[in-house]
Parts: sequence; C-alpha cells; structure tokens
Amino acid sequence: MSGMERIKSSRQSGGWRRCRAGGLKRREALTGWAFVLPELTGFSIFTFFSVGYSFYISLTKYELLSPPVFVGIKNYARIFRDTKFFKYLGNTIYFVIGLVPTVLVISMLLAIVINRKTKILTNIYRSALFLPCITSTVAISLVWIWILNPDIGIINMILRAVGVQNPPRWLESVFWAKPALIVMRIWQMSGYYMMIFLAGLQAIPDSLYEAAEIDGASRRQRTFYITVPMLSNTTFVVAIMLIIESFNIFEAVFVMTEGRPLGSTNTLMYYIYQLGFQNYNMGYASAVAWIFFLIILGITLVQYRFRREIIV
Amino acid sequence: MTEKILAPTHSSMLNYYTKHKLLSFVYHLIMIALSFTMAYPFVWAVMSSFKTSGQMFAGNPLTLIPRPFTLINYERTLELLPFGMFMRNSLVLSLAIPALMILFSSLCAYGLSRLEFRGRNFIFMLFVSTMMVPSHVTLIPNYLIVSRLGWIDSYVSLFVNAIFTGVNAFNIFFFRQFFMSIPKDLEQAAIIDGCSFAGVYFRIILPNSKPAIATVAILSFRTVWNSFLWPMLVINSFEKMTVTVGLQYYRGAVDNSAQVLAGVTLAIIPVILVFLAFQKYFINSTINSGFGGT
Repeated sequence: MSGMERIKSSRQSGGWRRCRAGGLKRREALTGWAFVLPELTGFSIFTFFSVGYSFYISLTKYELLSPPVFVGIKNYARIFRDTKFFKYLGNTIYFVIGLVPTVLVISMLLAIVINRKTKILTNIYRSALFLPCITSTVAISLVWIWILNPDIGIINMILRAVGVQNPPRWLESVFWAKPALIVMRIWQMSGYYMMIFLAGLQAIPDSLYEAAEIDGASRRQRTFYITVPMLSNTTFVVAIMLIIESFNIFEAVFVMTEGRPLGSTNTLMYYIYQLGFQNYNMGYASAVAWIFFLIILGITLVQYRFRREIIV
Repeated sequence: MTEKILAPTHSSMLNYYTKHKLLSFVYHLIMIALSFTMAYPFVWAVMSSFKTSGQMFAGNPLTLIPRPFTLINYERTLELLPFGMFMRNSLVLSLAIPALMILFSSLCAYGLSRLEFRGRNFIFMLFVSTMMVPSHVTLIPNYLIVSRLGWIDSYVSLFVNAIFTGVNAFNIFFFRQFFMSIPKDLEQAAIIDGCSFAGVYFRIILPNSKPAIATVAILSFRTVWNSFLWPMLVINSFEKMTVTVGLQYYRGAVDNSAQVLAGVTLAIIPVILVFLAFQKYFINSTINSGFGGT
C-alpha cells in the first residue's frame, strides 16, 4: 500500500526518472565500492603490501637497529648452506607425517562411530572430545609438561604400573620428545576434525543406506562402500587443513620444549621466530619464511592436482 | 554362520538381541574411557591447583583429591601478577575484536555478493587467495609496519592484525556464501519502497544472518582468546597483557611449579564456561563453517 504510494509520489517528483537503469547502476557500483573499501584498504596494507614487503626484506640484511641493506639473493643462498634449516625442516616433516594420517584416521573413525541419533550420552562424548581444541595451546601445554614428566608424571606412572622398567624420559629425550609432542597434539586436534567429519556425514543422504540395507549390505560394508567414499570431499579439506596446521606447529614447541633437546623438536615456524625476534635477523628470517611458504604452497597445489585425477 | 542359520529362529533372535546389547555396551565402555582421557588433563589441572607443592612432587599424580586443600597457589598467583586484569583485557578484546571483524567482513561480503560493479569478482578472488598465505609470512613485515606507526604496546595493532589478514578473509568468504542464500525478493521490495543499500544491509541482511554471525562470533572468540604469538610480540606492558601471554610470563617467573596450575585454571575456566553455556552453538558453528556438505 505504502509502496504504491511511494512509487506514485516519486514518479511525480521526478525521482523515478532519475533512478533509471543507468543512474541506478552507477549508484549501485559506487555503493558497492563503499561497502568493500574499508576492508580492502586495511587489507592492502596488512596483507597485500605486507606480503610484498616480506619478500623485499628477504632480499636485505636487516637487523632492526640499522636500516636494511639490499643484498640480493644472498639470504636464499645461505639457506642452502644452513644445516639447521634442513634439520628443522626434517623435524617439521616428522611432525607432519606423525600427525596428519593419525589425526585423519582417528577423527574420521570417531565421527563415524559417534554419528548416532542424539542421546544424552553421545552428547557428553561429543563435548568431551571437543573440549581440548577450544582451550589455548599455551595453557594446556603447561598441563602436559606435568603429565609427561618422566619422574612424577601420570603417563610414566601408568607405564611403571603395567611393568615397563625404564619408561621413556619424554621431553628430555632426543628420541622421545617428538613422539611426546605428537601425542599431545593428537589429543588436542582430533576433536576439531571429528566435528568437521560429522558435518560431512550429515550431508550423506539416508536413501543410500536404506538401499544398501535392502540389498543386504552389512554394517561394515555400508561403512566402507558408502560412508568413506562419500566423505572424500571432506577428507580432502581436512587433509589440507591438517597439513597446514601441522606444518605451523609452534605454540606447543614454544611452551613445552623451546626446540630442545639438542634442537630435536625445533620446527621451521619456531626457527623463524628465533631468527626474527631473538636474533633480530629480519632479512634471513623472511627468506626462511618464504621458502617455507613455497613448500606449503607446493604441497597444497600437488594435492589439488592429485584430487582432480582421482575424481575426473 | 551355518550354525546361526540352522539354529531355531527363537534363539537366533535372542542371539541377535544379546549381541546388539553387548556391542552397545562395548561402545559405551570405550567412549566413556575415551571421554575420560580427553577430560582428564583439565580435571587434573583444576584439582591440582588446590594441592600443596609437597603433594605435587611426592604424592601419587593419579590422586585427584587435594590433601590438604590449599588456596596458597591462587594467593601467590594473584600476588605476583594481576591475573584479574589479564582476564578483563582478554575478555574485552575477545568481544571487541570479533565484533569489528564481523562488521568489516560482512559489509565487504554484502558488497561482493549483492551489488554489481566492475572488478567485483577480481576483488573477491584477491581476498580468497590470501587465505592461502600463512600468518608467518606477514608476521615480520606487520611487526615492522606496526612499530613504524608507533602502535607497539597498543591494542590497535591487535585489531588490525585480526581484521585485515587471512582470518577475516575466511569470514568474508563465509558471509558471502551465506548472503547468497538469502532470497533477493526481500531486498528488491525494500529498494522499491525507497530503502537505501545501507538500509537493506542493516534492516534485511543482518537480521536474516543471525546463524552466520553467531558462527563467526564464536569461532573468532576462541581464536582471539587463545591467540598468543602476535600479542606476545606487540604488547609489552602488564596492564595491557592478555591471559595467554601473561601465563607465559608467569610460567617463566615461577618455573612451572604447582602454582602455574592456578594460572592455567584461571586461563582455561572462562573458555570452558563459555563452551558449556553455548555448547550447542559451538559445535554447530564448527559444523557450519563451510566444510560440511559436499
């Protein structure tokens, strides 16, 4: 009612003519830019410029107190002679290989098992499994230092109780420190990815299961021939997220080991932090960051290619 | 298998029933054990924060009951560092930063999803591509930019690094997806009625996007409350410190004795309370974050 009146009145005042196609389009375009600009401006500085600036710094010798000096690809050349870099790259890959398949399988398994009609108990399980990933890694790492304590920690207490004579010294041992961190991260990350798999499960139509049941498929067959293949897209997304998260392992290392013992838990992310903010070697730290970025990017692109081949 | 087929129907039914019961029992047994394992570190940390150092170092770590019960860890913690202030800072930031993140990203997403202009898709692709840039690439340059601008030890640096980096690019992507699912008829009717585009955004788009806003708000709350590296680098004074950074300093000061657990408890309890209160939304928000479906 009021709409009609308004159209009438605007027609009388000439407003309708002014808002003809061309004018309206221009107004729309201007408004569009007005909506996008605040975010775009900030992004231009703190992301787009920042990425370029990072590359520029990686080509300089820059130690914060004196202005940057252009040195070309010297920093990149130095990386290839840096044994620490390769050691820490190896550690990082160790973490990725230790974490990605385990968390992927555990979280998918948990999601499939827990995906039942909502009951109180199931809800409690779900919350308990989700709990570790909502709390800060810093806080929970401090708790895990106690749990992994070789003398008075819970884990070794239990190991001794079941008859292990000399349980591992965990965070103090060159050999066991990495597995210890991996166990802690599996405990922390699985719940989150379980939730993502649960979301994927909701999208599988019930009719598939009904048809399979009529055809006499067992529960196991239904899981392997319907659920797992139908989850392939979710699995792909989870794999990418997991790989990136595992490559970026930082806070647990920072709080629990600081890269010790003998650099056996030092990762590239922690190395970048050490170079940049403990040695104030911004140029070299940026070069390492860029090489690290290219490695992750390369792996992600390979994954995309791999996936296309599977599906098409 | 053959035995089963040969057996009388009555007993095979019984068999099936008991087998089902047994499986369900085993399932619950395993899940209870698992849930217990997941929750145990939290329970242990909270209970142990009331233990004396003597019990921590000499007693059985599996005992949960503090004997004797003591508040000394909390007294020392609050004496040494202003944890109340840290918690207030974290709380204010974890509400204010997500609010601005939502405002900026949803405005941008509205422009990118509903208004036609040249270069729109290019800009969208530009934003989406930054989701691939890991935060460690922008860490050093942003630190340099922020210090050049004189924003060290200022909350401004915490705001800009959250609102204008890859995290918020994900929110733009998420909001855009959601806005595209809102029927266009509503807005067209409003525009014919003389409503401006800004009016459409505030009166139609935002009120219809409550689930999306809740999802982003909850995920961002968690990210901001738990964020560590950036606040540690840019915030120096104790008056402005957040809980996670304060905890790290505190840990250095007391060398991870039993007192640390009092600090840990103070840092994790608020998030756990928020989680338990908004549990349904928390879990739904993870499910909604665009990775479900196909």
